[in-house]
Amino acid sequence: MANQETTALGERLNRRAVNDFMLKYAIYFVFVILIIAITFKEPTFLSIENFRNILSMSATRIIIAMGVGGILITGGTDLSAGRMVGLAAVISSSMLQALDYPRRMYPQLGELPLIVPIIAAMVVCGAVGLVNGLIVSKLRVPPFIATLGTMVAVYGATSLYFDRPPYGAQPIGGLDKRFTNLGSGWLGLDGRLSLPYIVLIALGIALIVWVLHNKTTFGKNIYAIGGNPEAAKVSGVNVTKNLLIAYTIAGLCYGLAGALEAARTGGATNNYGNGYELDAIAACVVGGVSTSGGIGTVPGMLVGVLIFSVINYGLTFVNMSPYWQQIVKGAIIIAAVALDIRKYLNKR
Amino acid sequence: MSAEYVLELRHMSKSFPGVKALDDVSIQVRPGSVHALMGENGAGKSTLMKCLFGIYAPDEGEILLDGKPVKFQNSRQALDGGVSMIHQELLSVPNRSVEENLWLGRYPLMGAGPFRLIDAKKMRSDTKALFKKLNMDIDPAVWLRNLSVSKIQSIEIAKAVSYNAKVIIMDEPTSSLTEHEVAHLFGIIRRLRSEGAAIVYISHKMEEILEIADEVSIMRDGRHVGTWRSSELTTAEIIKRMVGRDLTHRFPPRANVPGEVVLRVDNFTSAERHSFKDVSFDLRRGEILGIGGLVGAKRTELVETIFGLRFLESGRISLNGREIKIRSPVQAMGDKFALLTEERRATGIVPMLGVKENMLLANLSRYVGRTGLINEKQGISDTKEKIADLRIKTPSYRTLIKDLSGGNQQKVLFAKWLLTEPDILILDEPTRGIDVGAKYEIYSIIAELAASGKSIIMISSEMPELLGMSDRIMVMCAGRKTGILDGKTATQEEIMRLAALFE
Ligand SMILES: Nc1ncnc2c1ncn2[C@@H]1O[C@H](COP(=O)(O)OP(=O)(O)OP(=O)(O)O)[C@@H](O)[C@H]1O
Ligand SMILES: [Mg+2]
Repeated sequence: MANQETTALGERLNRRAVNDFMLKYAIYFVFVILIIAITFKEPTFLSIENFRNILSMSATRIIIAMGVGGILITGGTDLSAGRMVGLAAVISSSMLQALDYPRRMYPQLGELPLIVPIIAAMVVCGAVGLVNGLIVSKLRVPPFIATLGTMVAVYGATSLYFDRPPYGAQPIGGLDKRFTNLGSGWLGLDGRLSLPYIVLIALGIALIVWVLHNKTTFGKNIYAIGGNPEAAKVSGVNVTKNLLIAYTIAGLCYGLAGALEAARTGGATNNYGNGYELDAIAACVVGGVSTSGGIGTVPGMLVGVLIFSVINYGLTFVNMSPYWQQIVKGAIIIAAVALDIRKYLNKR
Repeated sequence: MSAEYVLELRHMSKSFPGVKALDDVSIQVRPGSVHALMGENGAGKSTLMKCLFGIYAPDEGEILLDGKPVKFQNSRQALDGGVSMIHQELLSVPNRSVEENLWLGRYPLMGAGPFRLIDAKKMRSDTKALFKKLNMDIDPAVWLRNLSVSKIQSIEIAKAVSYNAKVIIMDEPTSSLTEHEVAHLFGIIRRLRSEGAAIVYISHKMEEILEIADEVSIMRDGRHVGTWRSSELTTAEIIKRMVGRDLTHRFPPRANVPGEVVLRVDNFTSAERHSFKDVSFDLRRGEILGIGGLVGAKRTELVETIFGLRFLESGRISLNGREIKIRSPVQAMGDKFALLTEERRATGIVPMLGVKENMLLANLSRYVGRTGLINEKQGISDTKEKIADLRIKTPSYRTLIKDLSGGNQQKVLFAKWLLTEPDILILDEPTRGIDVGAKYEIYSIIAELAASGKSIIMISSEMPELLGMSDRIMVMCAGRKTGILDGKTATQEEIMRLAALFE
């Protein structure tokens, strides 16, 4: 009798342990299930080719998500990310048009080292990020509003820069071969065992951000600030400084992502990056980052981005209508978060 | 030459909109001593300490540390200057590990240059060394959210101690501790004192003060009443100086006569793991049923389940002989239950709303007029009435509740539930963090309610309160009911024995 009771209890505990495990890794299960489902429909989906395409589609998004993710962890948000990507794309490509292209924005400009325009884009976006940080931490404007403001203003600035005589609002094209090669070239011996440069860069950035978040004081501080700002303050954390760093790092990420986006697509307009901020926030959130701050991991953000790329690519691959894809995407955002949130609710 | 005082606060004043929280307060603290700071809710104790710790900027006054004037702009400077603080409202990051909370703001680093990394190994070994020194046994890697409030409070204590500060401020450090943990804390305090640290100790618990303090400073209405050696004081004298009048009885006379059974709880077992199991009891009309036990006895879980906040695995509940099912607080309130929750900050107040909004929150529908809009006038007059009845210290009914002192916040919440006119009022640690004068007032209200035929369940970790107020006392231990005692004949020893039955 007593024995029976204990086995029943044991079973219950077991089931709970399994449950906990499933909840903890819910996002990863969603990811795997998605791939299995698509493969089931279209077995040719599982190929190195497709894998590589999905990765290169994800590269710039990963970099953006790394920036936004850090800000979400502080308990903030950043709506200006997408417009900053556009700004960076326009700046970098305007400085990197091929010398023989007839409609150059700066006809006098010589051939610049590749790194210069990329750095320029990053510096400009880093500065805008710093401004975001100042508005949030010094003026105490809520991040949603602060970055809503810069989002609108940055678009204006990008358009002013872009829409100028003599050519007006024409897409910036004729990019330098070195630049486009960076965006679409591969590193590796033959076609099979190679990875696009931008994927390598994105993974490098993810690694750097992972180290920042997990191994540095700055990283630990932003989790504390997002988790309980008051506690951080009375423990002697300089909240202002850490927020400024988080927003600036985010700006640098958008700058890099924007330049790479221009390189990948071989051009830029002032509308580049429109809406990317919401994609990035959605990816982070699906990857387990809490919009109320203090929670989130870099691997989670990576998977979040990949889930969306798999949806985009995979569902097109199985010929699903783009309208249906939107519906699936929306449902996944909600379902993933509903699932993820349970690991914090079950205590109650 | 070392100064006679390690800390001197001179002529400190501080005003908030509508209140003069500090009015020319001067206090001196000797090194190697425990200096108790006492006073009613809202007397300004926390405010004074927050001025010292760099959280508030005092309007006037001077702070001397080791004889040298200091002006801390923020907590970082205070910590660096040799002052650490345990905050009244536990300030920790729930979704981070114990060690990350401990070393927040001063993580050990390795390497050189601007990009130094955190030395996780050192952090772990420092944590272990600290816990060993303080005789604590907590896993440094678990998330704080998975720990009980008393453990979290212990961690805050360890953190404050670990700064090796000259002055350690403890603002109600024992509010959530078990008796055993309090004894442990006192051991730590004695050691710190013998090592030369000064401890400023704020508490409403008289017994603690007389046991641990060397000197006692008393504040009333933002002013310093005086400082005495604790050996010269008795509980009655402290109370008199705090309240400004004699308070001969700690408990009001009770005229309630328990009648027929109104509530019956049978074999309640929680759906959560490690929670209460197989608890049965009944409650009579006009009765005050105390629930005693150690922190972690699952008393809160039990009453929250009755109120529909948590899930039940099995068990039945009947009201006036009729079986009912409560699945949500709304249903529970429909059956005329009210629950004053334990954690004021987490589940009680809505910080950014005013006193009136907080007070009417549970009862808004009553104020909806024929137009379908809320009748502000009625709400305001009810709020004002309760402010007067319960003697809530607030500049106005519009003041944000977050700006009231802890005890006054509690009174607002008490008023909120009184306004719902419940038949069964469940109180979870109703006087935690509340001063003696206000306690007496709350006891009187409880006694009056019982006398008028309401039934009351009162969870309390304070023995005198349980013994002084209950008709019967149910004791729980580790989620089980271990006994029911008659309030008139029960003794402290008996309750303690039942509360620790499975330890
Ligand atoms: N941030 C604030 N804004 C406005 N008023 C405040 C603020 N903090 C405290 N007060 C007011 O200052 C007075 C003193 O409050 P304080 O918290 O120092 O009291 P206390 O002695 O610590 O009381 P308790 O024992 O209840 O903790 C109270 O009247 C309170 O309402
Ligand atoms: Mg206080």
